Amino acid sequence: MTENLVDIQKLCVRFDGARKVHAINDLTLTLKQGETMALLGESGSGKSVTLKTLLRLLPPKRSAIEGDIVVNGVDVLTLSGKKLQAYRGEEVSMVFQEPGLALDPVYTVGDQIAESVMRHKGVRKEEALSTALDMLRRVRIPSPERRLRNYPHELSGGMLQRVMIALALACRPKLLLADEPTTALDATVQIQILLLLRDLQKEFGMGVIFVTHDIGVAVEISERIAVMYAGQIVEEGTTREVIKNPRHPYTRGLLAANLHDTERGTRLNAIPGTPPSLESRPDACSFAPRCQLAEPQCLASLPPTHRLSERRRVACIHADAPAFSG
Amino acid sequence: MSETKFLNEPLDDKGGPAQPLLIVRNLKKFFPVRGGILGGKKAMVQAVDGISFKVKKGETLGIVGESGCGKSTTARLLIGLIEKDKGEIIFDGQDLGGALPLRELRRGVQMVFQDSYASLNPRLTIEASIAFGARVQGLSDPVGRARKLMERVGLAPDRFAQRYPHEVSGGQRQRINIARALAMSPRLVVLDEAVSALDKSVEAQVLNLLADLRREFGLTYIFISHDLNVVRYISDRILVMYLGEVVEIAPVDDIWNFQAHPYTRSLFSAMPSMDPDNRTKEPPLAGDPPNPINPPSGCRFHTRCRFAETVCSAKAPTLRSLSGGSEHLAACHLHDLGSGHSKAGKELAP
Repeated sequence: MTENLVDIQKLCVRFDGARKVHAINDLTLTLKQGETMALLGESGSGKSVTLKTLLRLLPPKRSAIEGDIVVNGVDVLTLSGKKLQAYRGEEVSMVFQEPGLALDPVYTVGDQIAESVMRHKGVRKEEALSTALDMLRRVRIPSPERRLRNYPHELSGGMLQRVMIALALACRPKLLLADEPTTALDATVQIQILLLLRDLQKEFGMGVIFVTHDIGVAVEISERIAVMYAGQIVEEGTTREVIKNPRHPYTRGLLAANLHDTERGTRLNAIPGTPPSLESRPDACSFAPRCQLAEPQCLASLPPTHRLSERRRVACIHADAPAFSG
Repeated sequence: MSETKFLNEPLDDKGGPAQPLLIVRNLKKFFPVRGGILGGKKAMVQAVDGISFKVKKGETLGIVGESGCGKSTTARLLIGLIEKDKGEIIFDGQDLGGALPLRELRRGVQMVFQDSYASLNPRLTIEASIAFGARVQGLSDPVGRARKLMERVGLAPDRFAQRYPHEVSGGQRQRINIARALAMSPRLVVLDEAVSALDKSVEAQVLNLLADLRREFGLTYIFISHDLNVVRYISDRILVMYLGEVVEIAPVDDIWNFQAHPYTRSLFSAMPSMDPDNRTKEPPLAGDPPNPINPPSGCRFHTRCRFAETVCSAKAPTLRSLSGGSEHLAACHLHDLGSGHSKAGKELAP
């Protein structure tokens, strides 16, 4: 068990607001040291909630969390006060979708990176600023000395995301959480950031959980893919296994909807309907109402999890069926 | 009267089948950037700078490009949401502002926006939103029209007519926006990133719907998107923009096989690979696109182009056919034998 960097066991997250939402339902996930995993799913599938739970960012009064999360030997769900502050930033840190919103507009980017280094490493400002400069170099920002004194509004979207990555990695966390960090960027900039993250992951050797809705992005960044639907993982395996031999009908539908090599003008084999609202806790396969292969037992009880190999699993009764076309 | 006949009372076809539905000539739009204490003009954003293209009747033209390239400004100019500075917009042979008043243009051209929620009035029921335009234009039976269109886009009128926009999902709201656009019986529909905010599984449903509606109502689409796979799927021709200019325009299969402009080539290679054994190794371009306030001289792409030579910063290339009469056009000195570029006319290294 110690070799796992992240070990999430039977996690359930429920939001109690004006209406109840069962955002995460019985989620189990492990990540080894230095692994890059993509959490792939559509809006509302619970991928961002999983990340926020890992960083304990959910509002405590309105969210009920059950299960166990252990990151690098730390029991995350019992942390509080100083220990929680140290955990965030030192052990685990996060890169967000909108770097423009995540950075403070009234401080220079150099000061923001330095502040985090001073706080976690207890060093003086000069030393922290030189760490910040070194980080800006590592994320390949041109003329980093000058950029250190820039305010966020003076930088383009791609540069801001590089700063955000520099900030997240400044204290050398063991685990980096990335929440759709390239979704707001242009195509030619997105690929630069993906390749940068891939290089930095190799350089620093941290584990990465990368949330995305884009299969192409997941293929570029990750060794492993976990596909989420309705707050559960429906399929997990290496990127190669999931892309080349998808077993869950939802994964197959997603791959078909990517239009990567779809003949022009042919009718798309779209997954009908919309994801469930999750107002009650699922007691059957959540995908069954949209599934072409659904059988009565899919609507009657939770699907079994088939383990095709040690770390390859599919939550579907048809997991062993040969690949079907479309 | 059959149902579709009832809905389908478009403007008369004035120019005949050979007349392009839309001709855009040398269209320009600059936005002033104000600053300083008195709020005086400081600079101009050259959002759309002298673009020209045609859209044939019944075809789908895809427009691609990165943020700031002017694709949304172009869309807004085409439906008269903002006023052009210069140039001509000719709809079925009639010049906008001349023979064709704006009100008439809005009957013929409708738009679907990216943000399905922001583009609906939150205080109107779905039925009222769809019927609104038809009522303003004085078309027959706006409410009946709205209910039939709701049925057609897959929203049961009995369940949805009296709901408000916040009560339905994003995919359903985009269906409402499509129905509202069709309520005017337009001939041209401008879809500005209309499926980009939707989840992939819902996007496929809406793309199927758009294809069906095009056939059924004989529509012409301008489809703006940043997703090349989607544009390829739905378009007949693709137009590529960079910093307010058209750099390449071609039938979809031609451009898929050969990207003549180095920018188009970079844009295509920036698509994430779908093969885990063959991932992208080098980013095709470094840095972000330059600011359209002060675009580079000559060819606007020369600052990021690996084929750039002195001629590229000195002289702006014109959009020209790759070979005599070909429908594949590109604005690049590499494809102009008389440009003075040392590699002009030579096959580009991929």
